Amino acid sequence: MMPVEAFLRQDAEAVRPAPALVKRGWRKLLFGDVASSLLTVLISLCALWAVPRVLDWAVFDAVWRGNGQACFDAGACWAFLGAKWPLILFGIYPPDQQWRPIVVVLAFLAITLWSLPERNWTRATATGWLVVIVSSLLLMGGDTLGLQPVPTGDWGGLPITILLTVLSLTIGFPFGILLALGRRSEDRMMRWLSVGFIEIVRGLPLLTMLFIAAILLPLMLPDGVTFDNLSRALVALTFYSAAYLAEVIRGGLQSLPKGQEEAARALGLGRLATLRFIILPQAIHAVIPPLTNTVVVVVKNTSLVLVVGLFDLLSAGRSALTDPDWPSPYIETYILVGFVYFVICFGISRYSLWLEHKLSAGVQR
Amino acid sequence: MTTSPLTGEEPPAIVIDGLNKWYGDYHALRNVELSVKRGERIVICGPSGSGKSTLIRCINALETHQEGAITVNGTQLSSNFKAIDEIRRDVGMVFQGFNLFPHLTILENCMLAPMRVRRQPLAEAEERARHFLARVRIPEQADKYPGQLSGGQQQRVAIARALCMSPSVMLFDEPTSALDAEMVKEVLDIMVDLAEEGMTMLCVTHEMGFARQVADRVIFMDAGQIVEMNTPAEFFGNPRHERTRTFLAQVLH
Repeated sequence: MMPVEAFLRQDAEAVRPAPALVKRGWRKLLFGDVASSLLTVLISLCALWAVPRVLDWAVFDAVWRGNGQACFDAGACWAFLGAKWPLILFGIYPPDQQWRPIVVVLAFLAITLWSLPERNWTRATATGWLVVIVSSLLLMGGDTLGLQPVPTGDWGGLPITILLTVLSLTIGFPFGILLALGRRSEDRMMRWLSVGFIEIVRGLPLLTMLFIAAILLPLMLPDGVTFDNLSRALVALTFYSAAYLAEVIRGGLQSLPKGQEEAARALGLGRLATLRFIILPQAIHAVIPPLTNTVVVVVKNTSLVLVVGLFDLLSAGRSALTDPDWPSPYIETYILVGFVYFVICFGISRYSLWLEHKLSAGVQR
Repeated sequence: MTTSPLTGEEPPAIVIDGLNKWYGDYHALRNVELSVKRGERIVICGPSGSGKSTLIRCINALETHQEGAITVNGTQLSSNFKAIDEIRRDVGMVFQGFNLFPHLTILENCMLAPMRVRRQPLAEAEERARHFLARVRIPEQADKYPGQLSGGQQQRVAIARALCMSPSVMLFDEPTSALDAEMVKEVLDIMVDLAEEGMTMLCVTHEMGFARQVADRVIFMDAGQIVEMNTPAEFFGNPRHERTRTFLAQVLH
């Protein structure tokens, strides 16, 4: 017979701390092996060549103040931005009325910052958003408030970008939820309608939709019924947001185990209450990263409204370049416009990371 | 529920009459007949796929049936939403997979339905939630999230959550099957407590020790039918159907 190895523990093994992690030093990181050494040298050479040129252009040869004459045959023409920033940021809005778009932009900035911390996620904040949106539209238009009327065709720049983004997302989001639910519905009619809407909108380039909204829509409406360009562009952007948000939200709905709904229903919660308290909070939490993606895409897509004659931030910047007294400083203008877009999109992206982290506190399985 | 003046007997808690259910062409429940008295404790066992989970899920309409009638405390289950909601309020259910709401704290898990469905004010809902959490012996976990609890603790929360709705009937769908062996007892202990307090219970479970200890009747199901039904003593001591004997031989090693 085989001998059996028996064992009985007398003393417990000591519990010891884990050995310290060795952090790789910079030298190892940059010159650890042949490939990384080669890459380090190559990148350094490129930087040595490029950085002085960029610095010359952006700093040493740059024109910081003065008029258009000084900018010919010089480096970066920052003076242009100093002179033209109201036109770049606010388009062709009447210059003597430009305090109005400034107030609008500041109001949106303020309500956005206020809404960030969790303690301010209240009904009052939601009402605040509604107030800011409505009063911004009134202030920009002016006539209802007894100010000089400014038609939407003359609105421009940052307020257009902000208004189109905020409106198309706030209207598109509930619409997207309905579409996502419709697509999963047991009712065949609802399912077909939702699938049809989503697939048609996703199948068309946004540009086409904007053209349809701008040119085809007026032809289809009866005489005398008109929408301004801004509303038409808003309809197209809202459809676009709704269709894409719907697919993202549907992904979230699918990620939930069936037991969640069953448990809620078994407790006697109705369909709506189950949706509101159990299904949607979890579904939306699960898709924050792709949701952020869609939001950022919508922000940048507002720049396409220039094709229907609206001056958003990007096209307002372009129109500033047509002044013959200045040497069309494209790069400088695009740097400013790009910087504004970047700040908005990067801010959204950082905030969503924080949100994801905050909502997962304690929830992870 | 009133006592019948004619017979002097309380009406049954659940009456299932001629229940038939199909999944597509598969006949999942075949003419099931069952009457459960108030305060009665019933254990349903059987091989997997025998229809035992489907049967208790029909009682609170998580599954729809095609033929037959189910009556809970005098309310007949129909496709009428009001009747379904009324029955669900009165019938608690505990699932194999716990199904706690991971985005809510333990306390919120227990308070949501009483506040939304029974319209209890916050203070009352919280007091009751804490009371039932104490009864399942985890009052100190109230502010944690489900993900921070062990499986056994989660299942005890699920029981407390159901009890917060003051149900008159509790359905258990394999409540210990997803648990590590070390945690089965802590959940069974709570179920024994409940049984001893006179709760009407239908338990689908493979815990034969539990069945012997608390059940008034044990039901054995196979292929969508009730095959044998008897007191635990008779069921385990003198199983009469061939199929029951082979099943018991496999479960009771």
